[in-house]
Amino acid sequence: MKRHLISAADLSRDDAVLILDTAAELASVAGRPIRKLPTLRGLTVVNLFYEDSTRTRTSFEAAAKRLSADVINFSARGSSVAKGESFKDTALTLEAMGADAVVVRHSASGAAHRLAGWVTGSVINAGDGTHEHPTQALLDAFTIRQRLGAGGGGAGNGASGLDQCGGGLDGVRVTIVGDVLHSRVARSNVLLLSTLGADVTLVAPPTLIPYAVERWPCRVSYDIDTELRKSDVVMMLRVQQERMNAAYFPSIREYRRRYGLDAGRMALLPEHAIIMHPGPMNRGVEIAAEVADSPRSTIVAQVSNGVIVRMAVLYLLLGGAGEAA
Amino acid sequence: MSEQWLIKDISVCGDPVVDVHIVDGQFVSVGRDLEASGARVLDAAGLIALPGLVDLHTHLREPGREDAETVETGTRAAALGGFTAVHAMANTEPVADTAGVVEQVWRLGQQAGYCDVRPVGAVTVGLGGKQLAELGAMADSAAAVRVFSDDGSCVADPLLMRRALEYVKAFDGVIAQHAQEPRLTEGAQLNEGEVASTLGLTGWPAAAEEAIIARDCLLAAHVGSALHVCHVSTAGSVEIIRWAKSKGWQVTAEVTPHHLLLTDDLAQGYDPVFKVNPPLRTPTDIAALRAGLADGTIDCVSTDHAPHPVEAKETEWAVAANGMTGLETALRVVQLAMVDTGLLDWAGVAMRMSVRPAAIGRVPGHGAPIAPGSPANLTLYDPAAPPEAVDPATHASKSGNNPFAGMALPGRVQATFLRGVPTVLDGKVTR
Repeated sequence: MKRHLISAADLSRDDAVLILDTAAELASVAGRPIRKLPTLRGLTVVNLFYEDSTRTRTSFEAAAKRLSADVINFSARGSSVAKGESFKDTALTLEAMGADAVVVRHSASGAAHRLAGWVTGSVINAGDGTHEHPTQALLDAFTIRQRLGAGGGGAGNGASGLDQCGGGLDGVRVTIVGDVLHSRVARSNVLLLSTLGADVTLVAPPTLIPYAVERWPCRVSYDIDTELRKSDVVMMLRVQQERMNAAYFPSIREYRRRYGLDAGRMALLPEHAIIMHPGPMNRGVEIAAEVADSPRSTIVAQVSNGVIVRMAVLYLLLGGAGEAA
Repeated sequence: MSEQWLIKDISVCGDPVVDVHIVDGQFVSVGRDLEASGARVLDAAGLIALPGLVDLHTHLREPGREDAETVETGTRAAALGGFTAVHAMANTEPVADTAGVVEQVWRLGQQAGYCDVRPVGAVTVGLGGKQLAELGAMADSAAAVRVFSDDGSCVADPLLMRRALEYVKAFDGVIAQHAQEPRLTEGAQLNEGEVASTLGLTGWPAAAEEAIIARDCLLAAHVGSALHVCHVSTAGSVEIIRWAKSKGWQVTAEVTPHHLLLTDDLAQGYDPVFKVNPPLRTPTDIAALRAGLADGTIDCVSTDHAPHPVEAKETEWAVAANGMTGLETALRVVQLAMVDTGLLDWAGVAMRMSVRPAAIGRVPGHGAPIAPGSPANLTLYDPAAPPEAVDPATHASKSGNNPFAGMALPGRVQATFLRGVPTVLDGKVTR
C-alpha cells in the first residue's frame, strides 16, 4: 500500500480488501467495553480542515483517538490561515510539529496531492474540492459488503452472500444518482467500487455528468426508474440548490420529479436493495424523508462505519500493519 | 563608433555556409571567403543564422510586478533566447492603456538595450472590456503602438470588438485577441476533457476559444480590418483560421511553444507550473497546431512568456496564477517540435519566428533578410548542441516557472546581434 491515501485509484483491489477486512476486525473491538487500542500511541495525527465538516472531522478524530494517537485539530478559521498564511507555510508548520499523518479537507481539487509534496508524514485526503474523498468510498464499500453480505438481506440476486472477509463487491450493481459533476464522493466511489468488482451506473441530468465520462469505469443513464429496478445499491448524492442558478437544471421541483428518490420510486427497487447517502442530506430534494428513514436506508450505519474504516486506514498507513490489531 | 563583425562559415537559414560581414549595424556583404580587416571574427561553423527573432507576445510585468520580471530582466532573457524584438503585453499595473504607460515601457526597453521593446496597448480602459482605451494616442506616442490587446482577458463584447477592429484601421493597427468566451470558462482550470474530469478541475472547453475566433474572423472580414489571434490552442481553432484565410481575410495567428509540446495530462500532479491560459490541450490538438504552423495557417510562434513569483505557483492549483516563462526555451522547443520532426526547415523557422511576427507587429527593421542593406539583427543557433536539461535557476528571467524544467531540449542560442552589436555571445549576455 502507498504511503498516502489521496485517490481511490491509489488502492489496488488487494489494498482495498485489506482495508475492509481490517475494518471488519476493528468492528469487533467497537463492541467491547474498552474500545481504545494502544496501536498508534505516541503518534500525532493532524486534522487540517479548510472546509467546515464536523461530520468528517469528528469521524477521523474518533478513529485516531480510539487508536490512542494524539490528535491536533487545525481548522482554517481558528488558525493563521484566516490571516492569509499560504497552504505551503501551513504544511511546513505541521511538518515542524511532527505530524505523522495529516488528514486534509480542502475546497481546492488537488490540495491533498500538493500537501503530500510538502510533508513527510502520510497524507489522507478527507475531501479535496470536486476531486476525491476516498475514505467515504471505503466506508461505502464496507457498508455495502456488510449489508449485502450473508444474512445481510441478499435476495437471490448476484449480490447476495458477499463474503464478510477477503471478498470484494463482484457483480454488485450500484447506481449513483445526482450531481456527479461536482461530487468527490462519486469520483472516489466509481474508482473504488469498480476496483472491487461492482458494476457502477451513474444517473443524473446530462448537465451534471462530467465531460468524457465514457472513459470512466462505469455506465451512464439519464433514466432513474429503469436503473432502480436493477440496482442492489442506490446511492443518492446531495444536490445544491445554487446549481439551478447556473442552469444545470431548471428548478428544484423539476429535479426532484425527475431524479429524486421518493417512496414511489423506492418501491421499484429489488427487495434486498439498500439506499445510501454520504450526507448531509437535503430531505425533500434528492431524497424524501420516508426513504431516508426507511429500514433500507444505511445512512446511520455509514456514519458508524466511517469511524471503523478510518481506523483501518490510519492503522495501515501509519505502519501498524506488522502488529495484530 | 564603428563596430565590424565578420561571421565565418555560417549557414543562413540552413543554406550552404557563407561569411557575413556586419558594419555599423548593417549587413554589408554576404558571401564565400570574405575578408575584412579590423573586424572581429566569429567562427560560426556548425551554426545556423536566423534573422533576429521577434516575439509578438511577452509579459515583461513592468510597471507594477517587478517582483516577477522587469523590462531589463525580461529583455535579457529575450536576448538569451535569440530575440531582438519583443512585444510587451498591456496587463501591467497600471495597465498600458495610455500614451504615458506605453512610452514608459518603451523607454525602459531602450535603456535596457537588450532588444527592442514594442509596447502593446490595451484595447479597453483597464482591460475592463467596457470602454475603448485611447488607441490613437498610443499609436501616435513615441512608442508608436500598432498592436492592441486585452490579453489575459477577452474583448468579449462583440460590438466593442467590432469597433476596435474598425478604429485601428486609421493607423494600420491590429487587434490581438485573447479568444476566451467568458461565460463558457467561468472558474475554468484545465482543458475540458478526460484529465480535468478525473482531477475534478473545472473544464475550459475548446469551443470557448473557437466560438470567439469564428466571431472575430467574421467581424474582421465585415469591417475589412486586421485580426491577430493570440495563443491558438485547439485543433478546431486551426480549422476556423484556415477557413478564414482561404477567404482572403486579414487574419493572422500565433501558437506558443508550450502548446506545441505539452499536454493536459501534465496536470495530474496538480503542479501549477503547468497551469496556463489557454490551458494545455491534447495530443490531437498538438498535431493540428504543428500542422497548422507548418502549412502557414498559423503565422508565427509567440512565447506568451508569463513570469510569476514562486508564491504564485507554490499553492493549490485553483488559486495559482496562469502562465509560464518561455523566452529562453522557445527556439529549442521549436527545434524539438517542428524541425527535428521534419515539419519545418530553418527557413520556415525564420519565417515563423522573425519575418511573420515582425510583419504582423509592424516592427520596422526586424524580420528582414540576412542580406546587404538589412539591419544586422541576427540570431546564431547551434542545433547540434547536445540536448541539455532545462534549469530555470540558470535563466535570466526573474521567475522560474518554466514548464520545460528538467526536460532535455536540443540546441543552444550561441549569439544574438541587435543592429550589429552582440547582446549575447557564446550563450551569455555581453554585459
